[in-house]
Amino acid sequence: METVIKVENLTKRFGSFTAVDNISFEVKKGEIFGFLGANGAGKTTAMRMLCGLSLPTEGKGTVAGYDIYTQPELVKKSIGYMSQKFSMYEDLKVWENLELFGGIYGMSDEIIKIKTDELMASLNFEEERDKLVKSLPLGFKQKLAFSVSIFHTPKVVFLDEPTGGVDPITRRRFWEMIYDATARGITVFVTTHYMDEAEYCDRVSIMVDGRIEALDSPKNLKATYKAKNMDEVFQQLARKSKRKAD
Amino acid sequence: MIKYLLKKEFKQIIRNPFLPKMIFMFPLMVLLVFPWAASYEIKNLNLSVIDNDHSTYSRRLTQTIISSNYFRLTDKSASYNQALKSIESNKADIILEIPQNFEKSIINREPVKVMLSANAVNGMKGGIATTYLSMIIGAFNTTLISELFPEMAGSSSNMIQIDSQYRFNKHLNYQVFMVPALMVMILTLLCGFLPAVSIVFEKELGTMEQINVSPVPKITFILAKLIPFWIIGFIAITIGFTVAWLDYGLIPVGHFYIIYTFAAIYIFAISGMGIVISNFASTLQQAVFIVFFFMMLFIMLSGLYTPVDSMPNWAKWIAAFNPLKHLMIVMRSIYLKGSNFTQLGGELAALLGFAVFFNGLAVLSYRKTN
Repeated sequence: METVIKVENLTKRFGSFTAVDNISFEVKKGEIFGFLGANGAGKTTAMRMLCGLSLPTEGKGTVAGYDIYTQPELVKKSIGYMSQKFSMYEDLKVWENLELFGGIYGMSDEIIKIKTDELMASLNFEEERDKLVKSLPLGFKQKLAFSVSIFHTPKVVFLDEPTGGVDPITRRRFWEMIYDATARGITVFVTTHYMDEAEYCDRVSIMVDGRIEALDSPKNLKATYKAKNMDEVFQQLARKSKRKAD
Repeated sequence: MIKYLLKKEFKQIIRNPFLPKMIFMFPLMVLLVFPWAASYEIKNLNLSVIDNDHSTYSRRLTQTIISSNYFRLTDKSASYNQALKSIESNKADIILEIPQNFEKSIINREPVKVMLSANAVNGMKGGIATTYLSMIIGAFNTTLISELFPEMAGSSSNMIQIDSQYRFNKHLNYQVFMVPALMVMILTLLCGFLPAVSIVFEKELGTMEQINVSPVPKITFILAKLIPFWIIGFIAITIGFTVAWLDYGLIPVGHFYIIYTFAAIYIFAISGMGIVISNFASTLQQAVFIVFFFMMLFIMLSGLYTPVDSMPNWAKWIAAFNPLKHLMIVMRSIYLKGSNFTQLGGELAALLGFAVFFNGLAVLSYRKTN
């Protein structure tokens, strides 16, 4: 199996505060890799380093074969990113957002058009196509943001708490979209607070105070920690935290 | 790639509920209202005359003054003290006292003194009133000489003595001076303020991060932010030309293409500055305050109201690094004198320098990776 993300001893410090403390892991192609941790555990910081938004203080990392320290712009070409905060252009229409981001990643006008048609059909978005994004309900927006993040078929997509604040049905549908993406060979790196979602991942890492405390498949983790579900695993590990959650 | 970013910028500007109106209304309002309200031209000065002579000549002098349209005879006083009271009660701005033997002295070719006494509470108004009145009396003096003693005409002798070292400002047409400078203000506020706000706005919305995580080259993104402001600036300045022509009958003596060329460089410079500010600011509030600080400084030291030449040396040095000041010189020179590129070479170099400096800094200070 091809390795898509490889991280060795990655550390990020802000002054005297170590947000991410010496983490190492690998993610294989086509995997759904869950990145769990309490608020303030360092998940988003770690993810931002992998996306080339933030430079690591120490350590090495490659994403899609590019060095995150020396080739951040090449990393950016091969990844998709969906931030915690909704960040499509609200004053653009649905199709205009797709066109903009498709264009930014170098897709041609014809391909953008074909893929937009496909996507609108598969999402049942035909009516919303010409609507301004700001008029859409949150669930639609999240689906759109995810669709935009994988519109250019990246090697890896980074999802930062993608299902925050949406209803269970939309979450369910959202995870179906994630499975569809992996079926197309896209590797998924996802942070979440929902432990039922952790169960959907192929492998899960749990961060506590900037360190990775556990990393395995949900099944093995439950066995190791003698827990009924992922929630219990998480509770046991997160209790060790000395850092104050914000 | 820039095609898609430009499309986005233009759509966002057009869909903004406020911006398109602003682009049209702002130049109209500034040019239609401001030159009339903020004018140094002083008219309707209230004059109080103390005529101690009651002669033909003294009446003729009073008449000449009133017919100049700058003065309004508010009262005729019997004594200086009475006239002073009307100044105190704000009825008069200036007193003219004509001595008793005014006519007699003139006919006898003896010098005679008239006294001017201005209310200098508003120093500017008092000064201007004195100057106007002196010049009118001076003109009256010349007329008298040519009438009574043609052989003396052209000589420098004065029948009525008043110091008149200031020239009467026939061109105290304030609009001619202000309108070209106000066009600079319009460009500055539209093309300096809006780019500063636009990037910070994207930071606050989170869309900036979505751009930063994409492979957009820094230069492409900044150019896509700048180009719309060229167009906005050109629209605004064209509205400015139209208003200047329709409302004030002002047409530049020089060429339009020279103005557009300078404007293009200037917009590039001032928008670049806006982008630098928005790169450093992390919230809209910060950006607005920083822009305000620089705008105030630039406007004060631009020569809009007070000539840079009469500023102290240190202020002149600061003004030399003020893009506004340079474009103001350019606009006034082209509008009033018809200057060309050669005559404005210094300003051209300075503005190009600012454009390169600010945009270089804009690209350098824009960090996609922190």
